Amino acid sequence: MISKVALQGAFLEHIHILQRIPQVSRAVPVRNIEQLNSIDALIIPGGESTAIALVAERSGLIEPLREFVRSKPTWGTCAGMILLANKANKTKKGGQSLIGGLDITVNRNEFGSQINSFESAIQIQHITTSSSDLFPAVFIRAPIISSINSPDVAVLARLQCNTVETDVSAIVAVKQGHLLATAFHPELTNDDRLHRFFVKVVLDFLNEKKKEL
Amino acid sequence: MSNFTTPTNLVSIEQSSDAKITVNGTSTQATFTVKAGLAQMLKGGVIMDVVNADQARIAEEAGAVAVMALERVPADIRKEGGVSRMSDPKMIREIQSAVSIPVMAKVRIGHFVEAQILEQIGIDYIDESEVLTPADEQYHINKHNFKIPFVCGAKNLGEALRRISEGAAMIRTKGEPGTGNVVEAVRHMRTITSEIKKASIMSDEELFGYAKELQAPYHLLKETAKLKRLPVVNFSAGGIATPADAAMMMQLGCDGVFVGSGIFKSGDPSKRAKAIVQAVTHYNDTKILAEVSEGLGEAMVGINIDTLPDNQLMSKRGW
Repeated sequence: MISKVALQGAFLEHIHILQRIPQVSRAVPVRNIEQLNSIDALIIPGGESTAIALVAERSGLIEPLREFVRSKPTWGTCAGMILLANKANKTKKGGQSLIGGLDITVNRNEFGSQINSFESAIQIQHITTSSSDLFPAVFIRAPIISSINSPDVAVLARLQCNTVETDVSAIVAVKQGHLLATAFHPELTNDDRLHRFFVKVVLDFLNEKKKEL
Repeated sequence: MSNFTTPTNLVSIEQSSDAKITVNGTSTQATFTVKAGLAQMLKGGVIMDVVNADQARIAEEAGAVAVMALERVPADIRKEGGVSRMSDPKMIREIQSAVSIPVMAKVRIGHFVEAQILEQIGIDYIDESEVLTPADEQYHINKHNFKIPFVCGAKNLGEALRRISEGAAMIRTKGEPGTGNVVEAVRHMRTITSEIKKASIMSDEELFGYAKELQAPYHLLKETAKLKRLPVVNFSAGGIATPADAAMMMQLGCDGVFVGSGIFKSGDPSKRAKAIVQAVTHYNDTKILAEVSEGLGEAMVGINIDTLPDNQLMSKRGW
């Protein structure tokens, strides 16, 4: 029931986690429109957002993805978060295509080159329960959310450490309705709480839909 | 180094060890999770050799996941001869400021000071590469000493595991660079796959013996046998010139491809680069492979490897 955009990046890592969650009946890669039409929810993985966007464009997937994101639960991690944002800064020359959907602005590659990539334990709303119960967040050439542009966007996590010159309160996870975005990579850890949370978002969404019918 | 941990979720087996969780309010850089993690993000992508900022922009627009900055592509190194070294940091900086994707650069085998310089200018990945003239005929760089992750070439499983034990966070099969001939890339990929298959059905006693035969650390061989794949991301390189070459390497089981001379030594680099990116994404979709293979113009000329004298084989460099 959950699928992944398998155009490029760490999609197998997400699938390996989803396969361990009993409520997930099927976790498959998505490379074309037919596959996209067959799924209930989507994870857009980490990778290079320019490469994913260019390949999606050439495969005729940008518009179908926009349509999907408007109507079904979608979670973007790192590059996936950039693609879900309505606005992105520090993109390649001439800008890049975005799927959009989240009323946020992101700064690509906020922390600098790979030498400034890092791991940090953070608190996440709905996920961690106390200040001693933290989530291992892996930031790789990561983006941050530089501004929230709608009251509908809920902040789930802020960075709690001083890293390079970035503001300590930088926002790194948000939720807006059926859309979820994280600047870091839960798929690079064994902590599956965010994946379970997303599965719950999907199940709630599907139940709502049923009630409407 | 017995502290090696396989990048999490690279395979579907649940792994007991995990990234060390840092204390609240602090962050740690340059952990193996972070080093190997960038390679995990590059999977399913194409990394392209470029010699200047203009080529880097063409590569980025084509959908490359990273560029490899170097002074001369392997085909020219072959033609012109002489000692080839790390690129001028000025050129690398120009490329860094021209593109938003990761920038890699090559150092000579064993040349740890070239690596220190690349770390200083904030490169994203270092390739300790047989394409350049080796600086040390006995030792490779101790890659654990660096904050920047390394990718290294390998022709077989033993060589791959020796590089990982030295700290490499990513492997690429060597192939024969600058030839436009995929035969060696295929040989190296198939060799590694068959050696892994062999190891995966061995008992512990046999693995001890096999480790000795491969000259590979036992604990890494055992991990490889358990995972049934290399314990880090593995790309293919050396001789890939067409979308079909790239898709074949993907179907043979690599995680992504490096294309060196194949793009900018061809008739229409931009078109060929885009076609190779599409071929790597849709490597199992023959309809798309047929479409993108059409009308690409001239491919690089290519060299038959059996006509090359032994001392010009780059894949024999490194040990």
